[in-house]
This record gives sequence, structure tokens and C-alpha cells, in this order.
Amino acid sequence: MRFVRKKLVQLIVVMLCVTFFSFLLLELLPGDTATTLCAGAGGTECIEQKTEEFHLNDPMPVRYVRWLGGVVTGDFGSSARNAQPVSEALQQRMPVTIELLLYSQFLALIIAVPVGIIAAQRAGGLFDRGSTGVLFLFLAIPNFMLALVLILIFPVKLKLLNAVGYTPFTENPLKSLGSLLLPAITLAAAEMATYMRLLRTDLIATMQEDYITMAKAKGMSPRHILLRHAFKPSSFSLITVIGLNFGRLIGGTLLVEVIFSINGLGKYTVDGILGRDYIPVQGAILVIALGYVLVNFAVDMIYAALDPRIRHARSLV
Amino acid sequence: MTATEADTNLSVGQRATLLEVVDLSTTFRTERGMVHAVDGVTFTLDRGRTLGIVGESGSGKTVLSRSIMGLLSGKNVIRTGSVKYEGTEIIGYSAKQMSNVWGAEMSMVFQDPMTSLNPVMKIGKQITESLRRHLGVDKDEADKTAIALLKSVGIPAPEQRLGEYPHQLSGGMRQRVTISIALACGPKILFADEPTTALDVTVQAQILDLLDEQQRERHMAMILVTHDLGVVRTRADEIIVMYGGKVVEQAPTSTLFASMKMPYTEALLRSIPRLDMPSHTRLDAIPGRPPNLISPPAGCNFAARCRYVQPRCLEERPPLVAAADPGHFYRCFFPVGTPEGDAALQANISAGTAVAAPATRSSTTSEES
Repeated sequence: MRFVRKKLVQLIVVMLCVTFFSFLLLELLPGDTATTLCAGAGGTECIEQKTEEFHLNDPMPVRYVRWLGGVVTGDFGSSARNAQPVSEALQQRMPVTIELLLYSQFLALIIAVPVGIIAAQRAGGLFDRGSTGVLFLFLAIPNFMLALVLILIFPVKLKLLNAVGYTPFTENPLKSLGSLLLPAITLAAAEMATYMRLLRTDLIATMQEDYITMAKAKGMSPRHILLRHAFKPSSFSLITVIGLNFGRLIGGTLLVEVIFSINGLGKYTVDGILGRDYIPVQGAILVIALGYVLVNFAVDMIYAALDPRIRHARSLV
Repeated sequence: MTATEADTNLSVGQRATLLEVVDLSTTFRTERGMVHAVDGVTFTLDRGRTLGIVGESGSGKTVLSRSIMGLLSGKNVIRTGSVKYEGTEIIGYSAKQMSNVWGAEMSMVFQDPMTSLNPVMKIGKQITESLRRHLGVDKDEADKTAIALLKSVGIPAPEQRLGEYPHQLSGGMRQRVTISIALACGPKILFADEPTTALDVTVQAQILDLLDEQQRERHMAMILVTHDLGVVRTRADEIIVMYGGKVVEQAPTSTLFASMKMPYTEALLRSIPRLDMPSHTRLDAIPGRPPNLISPPAGCNFAARCRYVQPRCLEERPPLVAAADPGHFYRCFFPVGTPEGDAALQANISAGTAVAAPATRSSTTSEES
């Protein structure tokens, strides 16, 4: 439990740092909420009124502490543009982004893991080189282009799937997965090659270990050796990178969200930044950072589950 | 090669030949050329007997044992010759056919128990998986057998160990676990590949005694690979001394120690520290390094490091020839303890290219009891 407590302290420190520096960065952007809101419409009067309304004349640390105080008491503030509470917006958009994220990683892994395993069995063979080539091709295609090509093929030419829009998972799971299939493929395409190569390389290294020869000398089948003996100790790099990708993609699915008109977290953040609407951006960043830390915490827990040596070393700390 | 041991086997009628290796060679295809790791090894092994394979690092002894078991695979491994197990040729066996032999008929104890056990798998599982694979027993019965096995190799509280991981055990305990894994399915041949090299000196004798004891109880044949002539001296029935991938001397243990012919064997024995020598006696190490196996020297492999070396040794490769004693073969033009050998050594000493043996040493050992 000491481990959990240590992680909790870390979490709080990370959240404070991230939100403070993001506040600082937003401060450095030219223009502010009031001028952006009043662009075209009112004059100085409007600007003064908005400045007053959102306390824009207070020094930055004061505004940060005010925001932080709200967050601690569960009030994330509201958008300056449409007065929508940030917590409400996040509740709407988070499930979309999370579903898209899980879906795309699932798709990437379901391709990368079997391909990596087969490729590792015959390193340097035809399948190994062929699959590496194909997957690297997908890695090399920019995802906005792949998205457009997918739209051109499926909704436009084949009249399959919808190019835009999103059905919530709770409403109709199957339809929901259908609505996110193309965006998920777009995101997965870039990850497959990395995942496959990581697993393949680690598997090849593990297969050189003495305990693999030992398993062979026991008469275990190659399949058993690969899946029962080699897979688990070979999955560490893969898990680490998946963890990092999760964190990165929580806020990094923007391009795909825009192309497929999905109202996710990425789009919310960028809309906020463009509108100089800082409170929603702060809320989104808080959630993204929290997600990042939690995913990495989960990765740590998975390490311990996979490798008893980590588990025991930790219980001694 | 010229070595066959049919005569020694025929003399004792009831002995059953378990393993017959004839002219086994193993070559690795590498980017720099062909590596002749094992070159023309011939021997037979009877049920319940122990063969010691001795040599320094890189002599091909580990490759030999793995090659006999067929554990070296890949398109860059070339294996020629014949390996007959219980009369059946197993050289052409596929990996699938071999997997019925591995563990069940032949098994291996590896050098380093720190790396030969899967770190992320429970010990119980590592023992029982081969039991279930070869004997088809259910989980409960496999667990019971595993507990009995752990008990028989001297592990305390075996029930508890089944659920533990290798890192929770000491090196000696781990090697006991790997031995119990190797013994699990009752193999007829046990390969022990330097089973004590990675262990503390205090545990080495225990592990070797355990192997001896298990071998006697199970009437199992053993191939004991080691760099230490002292280890095989009291444990092996026959000894093969390897150098540069070739057998340089091969003899029943008592014959080898009574009348060793090969200068390399003598040098190996001289390099073991002895308790009866005064303190601070300089250890008689063998100078130089083992030969390059990609382009081996034209003459004798050992010539560059040999105290007996003569011009002929550098030009001509000595064949494996039979000595006077039955079953004794060696590969030398100027064998130890013969007039030719003595003359060669004497010539080198007077020419200053070799040092005389320390006074207390003789080529035939004085410590034999």
C-alpha cells in the first residue's frame, strides 16, 4: 500500500505542475477571452464588460488559484463562449475519445501481436520481411491522408459505413463500433508497425535465453514454448509503449476527430484554444494529464502482474 | 575416425548399449566461414554408465552434448555422422519426433541455474508441464510427483516451493530444481552441461553427489560435461578429452589417469591447484588460447601451446590412434610417457622453449588411490 500512496503523491505533484504550466502557456498566447468574444460585435464596452465578468484583470496566479480552488471543490468552471459547464462537456466527450482510443489500440494489437509472433518464429524469413514492409507502409502514410482514402473507399464508393458522426456505445454498441471503425483504423495504422516490431524483437531475444532451450529439452512443443514461456517475458517493451501511446492519444486524436466530425476531447481542447476560452482547455488538460498518469500507473501494475521479480522487489520497498 | 569401441562392449556381455555416436560432426555456417565446432566424435554409452567430456572453453564440449541431443537447430547448423539411441538412428529426426525423446528419454541439466529457469513461471509449473506432456497425468498427480521429485533432490518444504518463483531460491536450490525437472520423466540419459560451474564452491560437491545418487537410483546413463578433470576423475567411467572440436584423448578413467598420452590432458591436469603443493606455488596454466575453428592450423591443433611440440606437429595433423590399453585412443605424435615424447620434451627444455616439470609432478599422477 506504500506503493499506492507514493504513486498518489506523485499524481498530485504532476497534476499541479501540468495545470500550472498549461495556464502559463495559455497566458502567453496573443489575444484574450474578451477581445475574441467581442470581435466584430461590441466595442470597448463589450470588452470591458467581459473582462470584468471573467476576472481577466486579476494577475495570473490569482486566477490559477481561483480555478484550482474550484476544481478541488468539484467546480470545473464554464465555457466563456456558450456557458456550458466544463464538467458537462467533458462527460459528453470523454467517452467518445476513450472508446476511440481503446478501439484503435485493440485493432492495432489484434494485427500486430499475431504478426509479431509469426514473424519472430522465422526471423529474416519471407513473412517477417513482407509483414514488416506492409506495416511500415501504413506507418509512413500520414493519418489524415489515410482517413480521406478510407472515406473515399468505404462510405463514398462502397456505400458502407458512415463517413461522419458518432453513435454512443450505450445506445447501440454495434452501431457505435461501426461509426468509429474508420477513425479507429486510421489511428491503428500508424501503431501496428511499432507494436509488431517491438514484440518481434523482444521475442527473438527471449528465444535465445537458456530457459527456452531448457523448455525445448523438456520436449515442449514450439507453440507451447512461444506462448507459455517466451510471450510473457517479451511483452514488456510493448506494454510500455502502449501505455505511452494511450497517454499521447487521449489528447492527440484531434486530426482524426476533425476529419470524421467526432466531438471528442481533442476537438474540444483545440476549439477552446482557438476561442481563447481558457477554462475548458484547463479542464481538458487536467483530464488528459490524469489519464496519462493513470495509464502509466496501470502499466506499472501490469509489469508487477507479469513479472514476480518486480512484485517482490516492490513489496520490500 | 579410427576409434570404435565394439571390442570393449563385447567383452562384458550383459551391458546394454544405450547410445552409440559414430563420427559425429557439427559445423556452424557463419558469415566469416564454417566453424567446425565438433569434428568426428565416436563413442558408446551403456546403461547406468557415466561419460565425462572434458575440455576448456571453446573446445566444443557443450556443442557436442547439445548436438547429440539434437538441440541445435537452424539452417546454419550442419550435423553429420550417426547418433543411435537404443539402436535407432535419431540424426534425421524432425523436431517433432525429437520432442518425444527430449525430457522423456534424454534430458539436460544446464550450466547456469540463474538463467535456465523461466523467471516468470512458477517452479511447480516448470516441473509439471513436462510430466503432463510426456506421461499424460492430470494436474493433481503431476503436483504430487513434483513434490516427490523436489523432496528427492533435497529441497526442504517442497509443497511450498511449487508456488514460488526461481528468484526466491538460492543458486544451489535452483540447480536442484533444474535437476528435478530433468529427472521428472525418468530419462535414460542425463546430460549435465557443467552443472556446477555457476555455483559456489561449497555447493558444487553437493550437486555432483546429488547427480551421482540419482544416477545410481535410476540406473541412468550420464554424460558429464566439465572443464575440470578432477570432477570426472571419481565420477566418470570413461573420459573424452576435447580440444578445438576434436577428441584428443579418449579412455576408461583409470587408464587415462594411469597412462595419459596426450600432452593436452597432462597440461589440463597440471593446471588444477593441488593441496599438497606448498603455498604460493605458481599455478601451471596453459599458455595461449584455443585455436581458431574457422581456419584451424595446418598441423596439430594444440601445437602452439604444447610443451612437446616438434616441427612435425606444425605440418601434419595427428590422427586418433589406439594405445596399448583397450579403449584408449589419443591424437599425438610424441605421446607423454613414451621414448618419443620424452625425447621431444627434453629437446624443448634444452632449447629453452619449454620449462621442466616441477619436481613433485609426474605425468602419471601420484595422488591416485
